[in-house]
Amino acid sequence: MFVTSAFAQESAPSADTSHAATGGDTHSGTSVPAEAHGTFPPFNPETFPSQLLWLAITFGLFYLFLKRVVMPRVGGIIDVRNDRISQDLDQAAKLKGEADAAVAAYEQELAEAKKNANSIGQQANDAAKAEAETARKKIEAALDAKLGEAEARIASIKANAMKEVGSIAEDTASAIVEALVGGKASKAEIAAAVKSVAR
Amino acid sequence: MAADKVDPIHQFHINKLIPIEIGGYDLSFTNSALFMVATVVVAAAFLFLTTSSRSLVPGRLQSVSEMAYEFVGNMLRDAAGTQGMKFFPFVFSLFMFVLVANLLGLFPYFFTVTSHIIVTFGLAALVIGTVVVYGFMKHGLGFLKLFVPHGVPVFLLPLVVLIEVISFVSRPVSLSVRLFANMLAGHITLKVFSGFVVSLSALGAVGVAGSILPLAMAVALTALELLVAFLQAYVFAVLTCMYLNDALHPGH
Repeated sequence: MFVTSAFAQESAPSADTSHAATGGDTHSGTSVPAEAHGTFPPFNPETFPSQLLWLAITFGLFYLFLKRVVMPRVGGIIDVRNDRISQDLDQAAKLKGEADAAVAAYEQELAEAKKNANSIGQQANDAAKAEAETARKKIEAALDAKLGEAEARIASIKANAMKEVGSIAEDTASAIVEALVGGKASKAEIAAAVKSVAR
Repeated sequence: MAADKVDPIHQFHINKLIPIEIGGYDLSFTNSALFMVATVVVAAAFLFLTTSSRSLVPGRLQSVSEMAYEFVGNMLRDAAGTQGMKFFPFVFSLFMFVLVANLLGLFPYFFTVTSHIIVTFGLAALVIGTVVVYGFMKHGLGFLKLFVPHGVPVFLLPLVVLIEVISFVSRPVSLSVRLFANMLAGHITLKVFSGFVVSLSALGAVGVAGSILPLAMAVALTALELLVAFLQAYVFAVLTCMYLNDALHPGH
């Protein structure tokens, strides 16, 4: 910095003359009075009043503009957004509560329905079993009755047949005896004989 | 003209654009005043236009404005508490003004408002003036407790009070010199390295080859200066918040 400022002082006059020649440069041409060249520009007190005045004017207007216009607006935007977010969160929480309640109600109904279904199933099962049992018993009884009947008929048929077999045998035996012996055997004898053979 | 290009101080010269003189004081509209106006217009227009749609879901530029607003707001709330928020417009204006002035100064041929000690001192004096005026208005003579920390042995008290007073008085100086010196030094360094590029490249092929290094330095320094522009605006605003906190709560 010491080197550069020394350099600046050396070169300042030439810069000034060049400006005098070109009649003021466009970008940051110096029209600084000759006596100001000795001082480092930021420490030149001649520029202080004007800089302070314009700083006060520009910064004051800037402050008023920000305070009156910009900051209420930006603050408003942010407040509205925060309100909206908290409102949405509240609503989401409310909806979640409702959904939870619905799920709980559904679960309860489901459990009840399951219980009912179980009992209904059990009842139906029991009823069906009982019905099947009675039907089976009825059929068994009917079958038993038929069986007994059939057995009785078979027995009577058999008895009749046996009775007839006895008389046929007696007739046949008496006929055979007649034919062979030529006499008549007593009926009682023949019956006894047949009986003993038939046994 | 060649000497003009490599003169690193040239950029700090003040030129009268509209000469005004009132009561023996030179109050001309200068290039410095022009760039103060430019700073204010750019900052105000940016903040105003980017937020004009008031979108619930902000776009990029609106986000930038909102981030700046919330950044300064949080900074002030952290340093000075909720009571400090009455100074929010002041701190926000300071931050935006310094930041935009620093950033505008980075453009070639632009004047850097904050590279003049009187400007930074004006802002620092405004801060300290606010602290002193508000401190006495709010606390009366109780504001002087600022210089008397609690729990200091009585025989040490005169020394501590002296140190506290010196530290308070040096605040506007340190606040203004910090910003001014950073901007000044940064711009001089940038100009010196850029000047090397110009002078070397005038020496023919060897000079052009040799100018690559200072050119790279100038590029790197520009990035550094961008950081410094943000950092110094931040530091200025943070220190303002801390000083305002002293005005609000003078007892340590």
